Amino acid sequence: MPSALPEGEPAPADGSLPASSLSGLGSRPFGIYVHVPFCATRCGYCDFNTYTPGELGSSASPESWLEGLRRELDLAASVLGTPVPASTVFVGGGTPSLLGAAGLTDVLDAIYQSFGLAPGAEVTTESNPESTSPEFFAGIRDAGYTRVSLGMQSAARHVLAVLDRKHTPGRPVDAAREARAAGFEHVNLDLIYGTPGERPSDLAASLDAVLEAGVDHVSAYALIVEDGTGLARRIRRGDLPMPDDDVLASSYEMVDSALSGAGFSWYEVSNWATSVEAQCRHNVLYWKGADWWGFGPGAHSHVGGVRFWNVKHPARYSSLLAEGHSPAAGREVLSEEDRRVERVLLELRLAEGLPLDVLDEAGREEAKRAVADGLLEPLDDRCVLTDRGRLLADAVVRRLLP
Amino acid sequence: MTTFADTTFTPPELIRNFCIIAHIDHGKSTLADRMLQITGVVEARAMRAQYLDRMDIERERGITIKAQNVRLPWQVDGQDHVLHMIDTPGHVDFTYEVSRALEACEGAVLLVDAAQGIEAQTLANLYLAMENELTIIPVLNKIDLPAADPDKYAKEIAHIIGCEPEEVLRVSAKTGLGVGELLDEVVKKVPAPVGEADSPARAMIFDSVYDTYRGVVTYIRVVDGKITPRERIKMMSTGATHEILEVGIVSPEPKPSRGLGVGEVGYLITGVKDVRQSKVGDTVTSEKKGASEPLAGYREPRPMVYSGLYPVDGSDYPELREALEKLQLNDAALTFEPETSAALGFGFRCGFLGLLHLEITRDRLEREYGLDLISTAPNVVYRVIMEDGTEHVVTNPSDWPEGKRAEVYEPVTKCTIIAPSDYIGAIMELCQAKRGQLGGMDYLSEDRVELRYTMPLGEIIFDFFDSLKSRTRGYASLDYEEAGEAEADLVKVDILLQGEAVDAFSAIVHKDHAYGYGTRMATKLRELIPRQQFEVPIQAAIGSRVIARETIRAIRKDVLAKCYGGDITRKRKLLEKQKEGKKRMKMVGRVEVPQEAFVAALSTEEPKGKK
Repeated sequence: MPSALPEGEPAPADGSLPASSLSGLGSRPFGIYVHVPFCATRCGYCDFNTYTPGELGSSASPESWLEGLRRELDLAASVLGTPVPASTVFVGGGTPSLLGAAGLTDVLDAIYQSFGLAPGAEVTTESNPESTSPEFFAGIRDAGYTRVSLGMQSAARHVLAVLDRKHTPGRPVDAAREARAAGFEHVNLDLIYGTPGERPSDLAASLDAVLEAGVDHVSAYALIVEDGTGLARRIRRGDLPMPDDDVLASSYEMVDSALSGAGFSWYEVSNWATSVEAQCRHNVLYWKGADWWGFGPGAHSHVGGVRFWNVKHPARYSSLLAEGHSPAAGREVLSEEDRRVERVLLELRLAEGLPLDVLDEAGREEAKRAVADGLLEPLDDRCVLTDRGRLLADAVVRRLLP
Repeated sequence: MTTFADTTFTPPELIRNFCIIAHIDHGKSTLADRMLQITGVVEARAMRAQYLDRMDIERERGITIKAQNVRLPWQVDGQDHVLHMIDTPGHVDFTYEVSRALEACEGAVLLVDAAQGIEAQTLANLYLAMENELTIIPVLNKIDLPAADPDKYAKEIAHIIGCEPEEVLRVSAKTGLGVGELLDEVVKKVPAPVGEADSPARAMIFDSVYDTYRGVVTYIRVVDGKITPRERIKMMSTGATHEILEVGIVSPEPKPSRGLGVGEVGYLITGVKDVRQSKVGDTVTSEKKGASEPLAGYREPRPMVYSGLYPVDGSDYPELREALEKLQLNDAALTFEPETSAALGFGFRCGFLGLLHLEITRDRLEREYGLDLISTAPNVVYRVIMEDGTEHVVTNPSDWPEGKRAEVYEPVTKCTIIAPSDYIGAIMELCQAKRGQLGGMDYLSEDRVELRYTMPLGEIIFDFFDSLKSRTRGYASLDYEEAGEAEADLVKVDILLQGEAVDAFSAIVHKDHAYGYGTRMATKLRELIPRQQFEVPIQAAIGSRVIARETIRAIRKDVLAKCYGGDITRKRKLLEKQKEGKKRMKMVGRVEVPQEAFVAALSTEEPKGKK
């Protein structure tokens, strides 16, 4: 079940934004996120906004979605005034690879027509290993994609089964190789650790497979049991054990040590890359408070201190746009303090750390104590999480804020 | 409707003053309600259940805390009479108030549930009434219940008070059956009051109640002379004088009258705003030509049990002070003084008559004043004599004197427990564990027994009553009265978090119980305190000697793995929520302790499933 949207104020039907949010637009990086809300089946752990053909019936299709996407791109371009060329594009989901190379080409073409891309733009698409092929990678490479992110999750068959993932354990590594062969320099593999039943040896095997695939980026996430998912129900019924925080901590340390040993560096709590160029610039843009517009059902946007989010259902999304309305369901205009709080909670997760001047007096004092506790280390006029601090990042954030 | 009872200065020989002695739930309030109805002072349609119990808490718990009284007309053989029914508090904490209410009467209705028999509390009050030479009218109530066994319990009562089983009246307060006959019996059996009409006025205060609109309403029983409006009166314990603004009777709403004569019961209002200026047991006389000797039996209220009350939200401290001041207007026995706890912040050390008094006060503060409170474990008053001869009176474990102690004294009580004889073993075992000394044992009937113990008050206020109830499946009843003090081998056990003593958890316990207390608290706290960013040792210690130890392991992971663009709003809101939660944490040194941990650790109940 997709999770609920946040509570906020109503968003204007014409999609307009306060003038204040538009000032300085274009001087900051501008990103485009495209949400593809389709999956062949739903995985038990996932609470993303995605739908299977059975759930949608005839109410929405990739075609109606693409039509809505084109309309939202036009709306966004007119709301933002002069079109801002995108410095990053990220097509996520759901399962973007379900659209096939042709569908993903259509998506990028629509972006070219409405916004255009900045020189050297990073263009990523997520893909599920089982719906890719050498031809698929060649097709999207031709269309202009520069980066591929593959949902590997694990190399252990029984772990994939608990997660309801359909690919065979060897397929992600093959897919990564195919992507590189098609000319993709930047390939990411996603890992999930802490799945009920995962043994240390399973995680070690997953890490070996990742390293064998020769990718330049790894995202590794502790399994989060989201309310309302099938996994949460299975745990509540007692069919599966709840992931244990101490085990998750050990797993994280395993991941970090394996990747560090193989030439990766962490640049965000859950993200590792082999070089600065290999980092995902689109995600960095989120974490640094830049502007982005999220297109598609349930997508979130941020423009100059205003966050807004679209209606979740693909049918409602398309029909609002067909009627000439904005698909936004709600928004919030951030106060100065909200923006400061967000900077602390986002930038502290980065390896480059949080500038100390973002903190107030009490926060800076607390930062000193956190240094003494071995959770932070000072770096010029910034503070950076230590290895132990990374695992306690949320607690550190709470300490640094009033 | 006017009645004979509407006007005062009734000749004493036509007056009967009586009270009802009964256990909680044995139907006293229902019987009082029925009497109001049958004598016509309250019409049936205006009747609400338990008319005389005013406070919500009383109605909810079905018990009477503050005594009320009412004047009723009743005719026997064509002769009009005035009955004063004086309602007595029904709980062990209020023994002194009960004794004053009894003092205002010449007779007592002993009301016993025909399905349950007499209980310890009732027995204690009955003995008190017999000592005061009140005429006892034994009555079995609820005889309409299928489970009633009036023959058995009539025999039991006859055995206790020394009458014939046939003399025990049988009523149903619920249906009204036998209530008229009971009132006839009151007129026939209870002696009329005797006093000197021409002597200087002497009236005993048996209750005083604060009323928002009228100030303090003082309930009195005139012994000698008369009390009239517009005269000045004197409180004999303090010599304070007041002008009377109103004198009246209760039937059952207050009605002003032209005064009260010998033997009459009513109220007076002087405009004082604080019940401590109108103390239960004190004697009221006229300012001019007043009596020189007060009536016997007055005593200053004295707290027996102390507990610290702290607002959960420190900014509520001024509200708590104001609320306590307001409660004190109506509660002469409540004492409080500011106290600071390193763990709990600013609060008050409050003195109570007993545990129920504490619970009721806490309830009222939370309910009527909307305060969220933490109360520390209750303790009694200790007297500590040091080797150098200095003496300390300790009302708070934090004030326990360091250094060489020569003798320590604790208050002791005389306890009466009544229970089915099947439970004798269980009760004896419990009492022994609580340092009780058996004083005697009597069979009230074939299968019911009365046990008498001398036991430290400190043991009783802990969890004795709950344990007694659970070991006897609720069948045992308990009463206790103060019985001086006794020397005991007591020590102070401190609980330390990360080496720092948490004053709120310190307790004075018997040396033999120290290890048990220390282990129990350490284990409880390990379960209640969430893991911190560092390891937290929990120790129990007597002075510098550690007697128990537990460790809360450091938390290793507190970070949400994912943080993509659509998560940011959710993440910020989660942070705000967590920050709110942090405000409800108390800091002990650097350890964050949730309020719930304090509340749970200080409650005397064992954690679930651990018994």
